[in-house]
Amino acid sequence: MTSATHRSAAEIGRTAQGPRPLPPLGAQRAAADLSHVDTELANGLRVLAVRKATVPLVEARLWIPFAGDDALHPAIAEVLAETILTGTARRNRIEIDAELALIGGDIGAGVDPERLVLTGSALADKLPTFLDVLGDVLTGATYADEEIAREKERLVERIAVSRTQPRTIAREALQKHRYGDHPATREVPKAEDVAVVTPEQVRALHQASVLPRGAVLVLVGDLDPTAVIGDLEKVLGGWASDRAAVRLPALPDLTGPNVLLVPRAGAVQSQIRLSAQTVPRTDPGYAALQLANLAYGGYFSSRLVENIRENKGYTYSAHSGFEFTDGTAVVNVDADTATDATAPALLETRYELGRLGQVPPAGDELESVRQYAIGSLLTSTSSQAGLAGQVLALASTGLGLEWLNEHPARVAAVTADEVAEAALKFFAPKRFTGVVVGDAAVLEHKLLALGDVVVGEPA
Amino acid sequence: MADPELVRYTLDNGLRVVLAPDATAPVVGVSVHYDVGFRSEPEGRTGFAHLFEHLMFQGSESLEKLAHFRHVQSSGGTFNGSTHPDYTDYFEVLPSAALERALFLEADRMRAPKLTAENLANQIDVVKEEIRLNVLNRPYGGFPWITLPPVLYSTFPNAHNGYGGFEDLESATVEDCAAFFDTYYSPANAVLTVAGDFEVGAAKDLIEKHFGDVPHRPAPERPSFAEPLPTTELQGETIDPHAPLPALGIGYRMPDPINDVDGYLAYLVLAGVLTDGDGSRLQQRLVHREPLVVDIGAGAGLFGPFEARDPDTFTITLIHPHEVPRERVLAALDDELEKLAETPPDEQELRKVTARWTASLHSEHDRLVSRTLALGSFELLYGDASLVYRLADRMSAVTAEAVSAAAKSLRPDARAVLVVKPASEGNNEQ
Repeated sequence: MTSATHRSAAEIGRTAQGPRPLPPLGAQRAAADLSHVDTELANGLRVLAVRKATVPLVEARLWIPFAGDDALHPAIAEVLAETILTGTARRNRIEIDAELALIGGDIGAGVDPERLVLTGSALADKLPTFLDVLGDVLTGATYADEEIAREKERLVERIAVSRTQPRTIAREALQKHRYGDHPATREVPKAEDVAVVTPEQVRALHQASVLPRGAVLVLVGDLDPTAVIGDLEKVLGGWASDRAAVRLPALPDLTGPNVLLVPRAGAVQSQIRLSAQTVPRTDPGYAALQLANLAYGGYFSSRLVENIRENKGYTYSAHSGFEFTDGTAVVNVDADTATDATAPALLETRYELGRLGQVPPAGDELESVRQYAIGSLLTSTSSQAGLAGQVLALASTGLGLEWLNEHPARVAAVTADEVAEAALKFFAPKRFTGVVVGDAAVLEHKLLALGDVVVGEPA
Repeated sequence: MADPELVRYTLDNGLRVVLAPDATAPVVGVSVHYDVGFRSEPEGRTGFAHLFEHLMFQGSESLEKLAHFRHVQSSGGTFNGSTHPDYTDYFEVLPSAALERALFLEADRMRAPKLTAENLANQIDVVKEEIRLNVLNRPYGGFPWITLPPVLYSTFPNAHNGYGGFEDLESATVEDCAAFFDTYYSPANAVLTVAGDFEVGAAKDLIEKHFGDVPHRPAPERPSFAEPLPTTELQGETIDPHAPLPALGIGYRMPDPINDVDGYLAYLVLAGVLTDGDGSRLQQRLVHREPLVVDIGAGAGLFGPFEARDPDTFTITLIHPHEVPRERVLAALDDELEKLAETPPDEQELRKVTARWTASLHSEHDRLVSRTLALGSFELLYGDASLVYRLADRMSAVTAEAVSAAAKSLRPDARAVLVVKPASEGNNEQ
């Protein structure tokens, strides 16, 4: 189409020499041990400071357990996260932004039913200024009436946008279907709740819940881990309380009612979301479970992706992965498919769940997921931001940098039998609950025929 | 920031090579950038460059279908590819022990990809699902990168949908694939980049071993995509069935990104002055003070800066409540641009933007995949990978007067305004 003379596809696909052998892997150097300090400040805040001086930056992540069972809690918490950086006694909103900008810095806040997270970074030689702003916000956020009023309006509009996203709709349906009215299900607050939140409620929630005891601060970058602890004692010394940050009540174990078909009239694509109980990183069987998940749908070369994307073209992306909540874990399977492909995609998704237990990964397939687990840990933690995220995920469940350093050896030691056992135990199709959100008029009779599917709105 | 060691050379077959050793972590990044993007698609074949990108993962002479993914991942690596207006990139990040494998995989598909009818049909289905996921089934899907260009530009290369229409995708043939490959995927039309933990001499040997016998084919003549500037305000409208609120995409032309780098950088600083952070001008006025919009952003390039040759687009996108008339939003925007055109930004305003840029460039370079891709795309588009390391300094040197002049050029009578209407409003709004 673009050149007058070109070779045919067959000519392009072969050379005189013919196919060539895949080169072997070379020798792998291990990641250097990183100097770090893992300690607790006098106010009860756990701090993990890691020196990784690849670029002159510092990445910061502050994780505060932030649960609440009041019906308005999600709305108040959302307004708090939107306004925590809009002013203190010492700095107004514009001054906070300007001060951070001048040090190449940023701080953002996000909240969900489990925790409040502040994420930030700055040029390393400006770390004292960054920490000063952070401490100021934690101890002195003022939540001015006019800032609250304005952010509430924006939030109401943004919630409207968010609720039209298929993935938000599917996530909300999944949460309700699997956990009923547990506080964990209230991820996106109701617009009408946000509208009635008062500044007094936001200030009271900060007072009651933005607490150091039980929280974790991770700092990764071009810093001195020992010296920074002393700086933090000074900057965060005024942030104190006898009480501990509020943890989410334990989630009930998933035992799996039927998959729920949630109608979304006229949708051109469906969201398949399945979920089953597993075990967290602290469990001795986690490494085997991790490898079983990779083989199922946890990476691109997995059985699920090869089946429903690469062989059948039902989906652009299919994936399975863990969701960790406090001390528990589930595995989630996600795929978005064209309406016509939805029923066959669910059939194949369940088929692969069953096959994982009956014909478990072994040989090359097992070695592939093993190498991927070890190698992807190496690449994902090679940047400051990647390492900070990984360390935070560990620290929030009580683990530390040792877990990261020891995990490659744990993965290397997993046997085929252990993976087979994890596959049979945790990936059995009957353990999975979930939702399919899509055009029920087209999907209903086919999905019901597959069995273990009911139609309706989530509870 | 001092220039890290950078080695650049060209193989006999025309393949340009960039080596950027860095031993701070035992991982390597490998990328190949081909000098063809969706602006080079012929009429009737919209989306073809991106569809072809998918096919390059579907097997080659030495690798069965699916083998590419398996070999990268079973070496502990990650991979992907992406299609831009003016180039297409392919990349892997792996533990350093897998460097030779990555070079082998890229060389094999540069030499002899397997282009089959079965794989083409399968990937047409996958790409259609990708479009449903990212465009058809979500609010503001394809806004503004698909929907704004047809308003601002008048020629097919600049105006058409790079994801492609389903009819065009479905009518693509294996013959089209063969012609596209032979025309655009020659080593002389590509840049190979290796960054991370390796030894330069050994890497050079491996590159010669695997890429050295890929036969030379001449690089195609690169056409100009130049278009005259708009002489009036261009207007367009789309109905978005999923959008809950109206949106505006405003597109302006900018200086030639390649031949006027400093002029282009002035627009990047301008974007920061306008919308970067609570203290920026448009955030302050349109989001916080008045407030007229829910969200607003400004930037260079439809996918980000430095990813296209001339012509390139400066965009302002915003979402606003139903009850705010768009004329009010545009009037406030023009008013702020006029103020900036009359009075250059102060020194602190500039320092805020450039300090954040400096930090974000450091952060980007810290992620090996971003560093590898940036070196490759700068070598391809600018003929100079090392420019990546000088961007922060060049940006800090942009003057207040240059930013003011850039603001002055963003005139209402030389721009495109795309109106996105929620389906509920139909055509009867306001």
